[in-house]
Amino acid sequence: MRFTRSLKAGAGVAVLALALAACGGGGGSTGASETGNQSLADKAKSTQKVVVGIKFDQPGLGLKQPDGTYAGFDVDVAKYVAKELGVPESGITFKEAQSAERENLIQKGEVDFIVATYSITDARKQKVNFGGPYFVAHQDLLVRSDNTDITGPDSLNGNKKLCSVKGSTPAQKVKDTYAKDVQLQEYGKYSDCVTALLNGSVDAVTTDDVILAGYAAAQAPGKLKVVGKGFTDENYGIGLKKDDTAGTSAVNAAINKMIADGSWATSLQNNVGPSGYKIPSPPTVPSS
Amino acid sequence: MDLFSKYDIFGAFWVTIQLTLLSAVGALIWGTVLVAMRVGPVPVMRWFATAYINIVRNTPLTIIILFASLGLSSTLGITLVDPDSTTSIADSSFRLAVLGFIAYTATFVAEAIRSGINTVPVGQAEAARALGMGFTRVLGTIVLPQAFRAVIAPLASVLIALTKNTTVAAIIGVAEAALLMSEMVENESDRLLLVFVLFALGFVILTLPTGLLLGRLAKKVEVRR
Repeated sequence: MRFTRSLKAGAGVAVLALALAACGGGGGSTGASETGNQSLADKAKSTQKVVVGIKFDQPGLGLKQPDGTYAGFDVDVAKYVAKELGVPESGITFKEAQSAERENLIQKGEVDFIVATYSITDARKQKVNFGGPYFVAHQDLLVRSDNTDITGPDSLNGNKKLCSVKGSTPAQKVKDTYAKDVQLQEYGKYSDCVTALLNGSVDAVTTDDVILAGYAAAQAPGKLKVVGKGFTDENYGIGLKKDDTAGTSAVNAAINKMIADGSWATSLQNNVGPSGYKIPSPPTVPSS
Repeated sequence: MDLFSKYDIFGAFWVTIQLTLLSAVGALIWGTVLVAMRVGPVPVMRWFATAYINIVRNTPLTIIILFASLGLSSTLGITLVDPDSTTSIADSSFRLAVLGFIAYTATFVAEAIRSGINTVPVGQAEAARALGMGFTRVLGTIVLPQAFRAVIAPLASVLIALTKNTTVAAIIGVAEAALLMSEMVENESDRLLLVFVLFALGFVILTLPTGLLLGRLAKKVEVRR
């Protein structure tokens, strides 16, 4: 008796789970097919709306502010590209794109394009199209301003303590290349690394220079500095749907225009300039 | 299955097991001390144990672990390692994580044992007192042995929860399963599902036998009344 009752309950739960799964699947696939075969350029023009994936937690690049607005270089690029695609600023919806989810968000059509410190790599190119690069960043080191003995990755020798975000590519690179001489502390967020750097329990924080500059700019001036000896090239691209060639060239044209009319440099100066970070010369964007 | 040759998956799960076992032993000891204080006759201890359990039990584990690393270690400078050693960061993160897990899990252990104490008839403690035994002897020889036998199944649930909670240690950089998983998610974005299934399976392999074995043990030592 008790056995049959529990079996019944189990079956009920299973049916419910299946039904929920079916609903979820159905909703997802209809959402994707609506935007599936349309180019970003056409869709933006006809609907006057875009959904853009950005980071919400990176000062200077993509940061959600307490009042609900967004600020940063990536946000400015997103707004400029949207404008060039014919979408007014009121038609832009920003959505958080965390690093691990970015390909998925694009493939499922949950965002139209992504401007979120998104490095162009061959593995990612298999899944999404990239416009740009709109910026070339270099992995670099952030140190306290009074520090003079860390001048580049090689000077980390001698049991220096380095911080980065868990699982991220910069952390792995340091582990592989410099792990013998340096200790790596990994945290969940860069802001935790910055806290540890400020109170002295680590000596340096590593990731792309422009991200570091954003954190330095968010602190009181003169507390942190970017070393400025970049040791990799990271080409930031704008991710959009795979095989959307028309959309990609529209995005490229927008980036070229942004660089040409000076708003590219102005935005960088406003967002990461206060850290003393030297604004690099803009990258070459394919004009096709 | 080149994932196994490319990544030290077993090594990462070994760290998870170490975290779990060390924290479990610590939490059992600290939890027993807490419950002894909570049911004891000294008002200050009773008050402390009640406050501690209620505050820590209701604080998110993420905050406790992050506080252990950023608060205790880097801001207050309380380190559990020699700062000049070449593995000080890895050791320090591991020990701080164990400390955090003990502090957190002990509250659940204490509450489980307290419910076990309630299953021991009050007459037994009264009889022991009448024989002239003090509080510690009543608790240690009469009440707790019976209480423990009654709460093995709930403690198994706490242990299973602890096993899975150890993934939180990834946020302070302890090289356990969840940290390796986030690394693999970053690198193997074309095989996300496989990576998730692999780690879910790993945890099932760890927790399922725990539940079964301890469930059997609970039945075997149960006090029949």
